[in-house]
Amino acid sequence: MPDAPLLEGKVAIVTGATRGIGGAIAETFAAHGATLILNGMDGPALEAAAGEIRERHSASVSAVAGDVSLPSTANDLVRQAFSQDKRLDIFVNNAGVLIDALIGMVTDEAIERTLGVNLKGVLYGIQAAGRLMTRGGGGSIINLTSIVGRFGNAGQLAYASSKAGVIGATLSAAKELAPANIRVNAIAPGFIDTDMVRQLPPEKFEERMASIGMKRIGTPQDVANAALFLASDLSSYVTGQVLGVDGGMLI
Amino acid sequence: MEERVRKVFVDVLSLDPGANAAGLVYNESQGWDSIGHMRLVAGLEQEFDCMLEMEDILDMSSYEKAVEIMGKYA
Repeated sequence: MPDAPLLEGKVAIVTGATRGIGGAIAETFAAHGATLILNGMDGPALEAAAGEIRERHSASVSAVAGDVSLPSTANDLVRQAFSQDKRLDIFVNNAGVLIDALIGMVTDEAIERTLGVNLKGVLYGIQAAGRLMTRGGGGSIINLTSIVGRFGNAGQLAYASSKAGVIGATLSAAKELAPANIRVNAIAPGFIDTDMVRQLPPEKFEERMASIGMKRIGTPQDVANAALFLASDLSSYVTGQVLGVDGGMLI
Repeated sequence: MEERVRKVFVDVLSLDPGANAAGLVYNESQGWDSIGHMRLVAGLEQEFDCMLEMEDILDMSSYEKAVEIMGKYA
């Protein structure tokens, strides 16, 4: 990583930032000088995570708890940026849920929850962020999709649908917001070492590992580094892209 | 307050500086299409240093309605 801070003076919102990939993105952005507004479902856990990042990086970090499947959550986050800093430069739609089920056994609740958090949450985030970024003369929106949203996967009907939807949202928003100098890109992680994949049974876990060209599981930091590139001016002319971070995984 | 709203309309819709904005209607008046609407919202938010609620953005169908809505934020 370059030594000079890449996000000095920038204000960033990260959803689902309590742990996993969102936590690594928050930490990396703080290390690069960003002012952070973090979101998570679990208020106390989010406060604790925010406190740790604040201390480690002497960064300005605030926490706004909420469920991203509700439209009010994205608005609350952007309002926080407005009242605190009057601007917003980066919005990372990271919060996500994974509920595996075979076709025929996917419950209505699982569909609602998966599309609610993974897809509707992203749409609300883009809408809320786009407005404040337009006023500030531009920004970068980063949506977390998945390798599964590009290629599909058995047992992940709802999850893959939600993540494919995120790609459609990214492509449309990139076109509509380009004149406002707002870049919109997606990151498609492969198999990343988070609580989400640790839910898998051991044989499935091994099967996935065997499908990775680089023969190692990805780390949240691998994904955070890609997010740093897309958030920073290093990617100033990059929009409407889906960046795979998967170590050459084939599914 | 109304004068501040009028000035934003004049600016965004490129009206004559002294123009009367009364009677302007979304989707009918020159320049006030969906893109013009988002520019009006941005202009009003800038002028009143606020962030509009989504319902207010959708409700803002005429100049008179805009004056009424901005009364809440002034």
